[in-house]
Amino acid sequence: MALDPKKHEMPTQAPEVRAHNFSEVALGYTVEIALEEAKRCLNCKNRPCVKGCPVNVNIPDFIAKVKEGDFEGAYQIINETSSLPAVCGRVCPQETQCESMCTMGIKFEPVGIGRLERFVADWHNAHATEKAAAPAPNGHKVAIVGSGPSGLTCAGDLAKKGYKVSVFEALHTAGGVLVYGIPEFRLPKAIVAKEVETLKDLGVDVQTNVVIGKTLTVDELFDMGYEAVFIGSGAGLPNFMNIPGEALKGVYSANEFLTRSNLMKAYRFDPVTPIMKGGKVAVVGGGNVAMDAARTALRLGAEHVYIVYRRSMDELPARKEEVEHAMEEGIDFRLLNNPVEILGYSNPDDPRDPKNGFVNGMRCIRMELGAPDAKGRRRPVPIPGSEFTLDVDTVIMAIGTSPNPLIKDTTKGLEVNSHGGIIVNEQGLTSREHVYAGGDAVTGAATVISAMGAGKIAAKAIDEALSAK
Amino acid sequence: MYRIIGKRNLNPTVTQMEIEAPLVANKALPGQFIILRVDEAGERIPLTVAGVDKARGAVKIIFQIVGATTELLNHKKEGEYIQDFVGPLGVPTHTEGVKKVCIVGGGVGCAIAMPVAQAFHAQGTEVTSIIGFRNKDLLILEDEFKACSDRLIVMTDDGSYARHGNVTVPLKEMLEAGETFDLIITIGPLIMMKFVTLTAKPYGIPVTVSMNPIMIDGTGMCGGCRLTLYEDGKRVTKFACVDGPDFDGYKVDFDEAMSRGRMYFDFERRAHEKTCNLLKGAN
Repeated sequence: MALDPKKHEMPTQAPEVRAHNFSEVALGYTVEIALEEAKRCLNCKNRPCVKGCPVNVNIPDFIAKVKEGDFEGAYQIINETSSLPAVCGRVCPQETQCESMCTMGIKFEPVGIGRLERFVADWHNAHATEKAAAPAPNGHKVAIVGSGPSGLTCAGDLAKKGYKVSVFEALHTAGGVLVYGIPEFRLPKAIVAKEVETLKDLGVDVQTNVVIGKTLTVDELFDMGYEAVFIGSGAGLPNFMNIPGEALKGVYSANEFLTRSNLMKAYRFDPVTPIMKGGKVAVVGGGNVAMDAARTALRLGAEHVYIVYRRSMDELPARKEEVEHAMEEGIDFRLLNNPVEILGYSNPDDPRDPKNGFVNGMRCIRMELGAPDAKGRRRPVPIPGSEFTLDVDTVIMAIGTSPNPLIKDTTKGLEVNSHGGIIVNEQGLTSREHVYAGGDAVTGAATVISAMGAGKIAAKAIDEALSAK
Repeated sequence: MYRIIGKRNLNPTVTQMEIEAPLVANKALPGQFIILRVDEAGERIPLTVAGVDKARGAVKIIFQIVGATTELLNHKKEGEYIQDFVGPLGVPTHTEGVKKVCIVGGGVGCAIAMPVAQAFHAQGTEVTSIIGFRNKDLLILEDEFKACSDRLIVMTDDGSYARHGNVTVPLKEMLEAGETFDLIITIGPLIMMKFVTLTAKPYGIPVTVSMNPIMIDGTGMCGGCRLTLYEDGKRVTKFACVDGPDFDGYKVDFDEAMSRGRMYFDFERRAHEKTCNLLKGAN
């Protein structure tokens, strides 16, 4: 059988069209494309792809079901290990995980595992009529702090084993970064809502508007009868560069900009939560969050959007597909550039001029790559005298976050590292008995799937600890 | 959904509501705030807790009708529900060890100052309260302040009630006359808090100000509420939602905070007008 050396492309909206709407960029495989792509899987014995997946989805098995045309069967196999297949199929960096290990990838392009996963999950969501049945209760209660990827995964795994699980979410909608951070055009909110509904069908109780560390403390959760607590409270306060001008009007953290657009729906016509639209926008940073912010700004009507990043293309930490999509849409990448000051308008004759204090430019300096640092990444060094001004009205800082202090400050005996991240062992156990943690609250800003992996590990450890009781 | 279990108009533009939220009522302390959404499509707005009734699980909020959301909220009746209500957020006001305090409230800021004054009064601190309003019609909470203050001075900007002038006038007189306080707490418009701080400065009395910047999540995620403090000669970014809302008045960059507060001025004005027209149509 002749094997197709290339993985099948996923149909997408044309760049010039999608740059002006918030509908999903990638449209997903059709049944025909999925069947063709599934044929490319060699079903090899050593199954390296499974080891590349942080939640160890039985990839060759689900693809075999796709080959047979048994899409629901394929879904059930993914569902054994992943609580959020429709999400992972969209936002996982497969090129550095499962697909990077694929045997086909040695000579050819790897199998489009992520695209197939997405196809299977979407097929299930469109066709399945039976709701997941809640398993028989095992009598144990577990509290989950945060309804992002790690919390939902931990909740799902425990609920499937019969635990009574309550998820406490600080915001008004469940989903964490999947709803406030990742934009609609990359992950439609209806998909997140559907995954949360599936967990509720399993008996998971989701309580929004509860801030653990404020409304209730971790110790009070134990007083309420929960036997274990998983902290998946996510990323915290946004980092800024500490350069002059960051308090000017028109400077956002990526968290704020994306939250206004995604969670508060500022992208819609006639929103109740304002956001700066139009004009020229600079996004500082090179990760997935920076790409999301840049592409959101474009869709909100910006005339021109820059990505300003201090290293070169090779070091860009964002997913390759997101960078490619951003480039196709016309995002202007200013690499090896670093901001030194944000400039603001000031009318010397009229202190009441309404334009006073708004951003009207950003001073940058050109960089070159010097010697590699401790992590092996070449360190960017400024080129003296190379400063220039970028003409912009909005600046979005997407340079990471620092852990949130609310839980650490209110939980006695919970140890954190020098960055404020919660310290855990290989099982996700913190320095407090029966308190587990995972995701960005532990690692600092990372990926959805690594957070899911941490939620999964903690769920296993919680099950072992509580079932031994 | 959270039920409105009490509603009272304090003046034509300021309303007091009690919201049934037992978890919040159980925890809230003076100086903390909540975030609410009126309906499913609403924006998140922060409001400071004006008091709690633990027995009834009630949290008291007092708000001025200034924009689209407060207009919608004011339109809700007792027995009706609001969509979301989360808290208590922020760090409570520090009251320990203060023997003599001066509370300076301006306008609707007096609603936030009141539970703080009550907390000091309850722990035996000698409380001087200065409350100021633009005019007689906007006066609120005079009786409540009387009950928890050893001395109360009421000011109106236009002289239509009590003493004529702004709140810094009697404060300055007292300080010049040699009176001293362990702490001055001021809550109200930024410009007022700035001038209260400047008035106290020559006398070296600590000043705590309560900041109320633009906010979205209120839990230390978005960074919209950031402000700049001067600490040891350096400019330091702080977040009102988790580091505040109370800050050392001598450190706050008020001018920057005032500028940032006007970021969406036009948007908010237009949204308010539109909401008023919609509500008119509904009546």
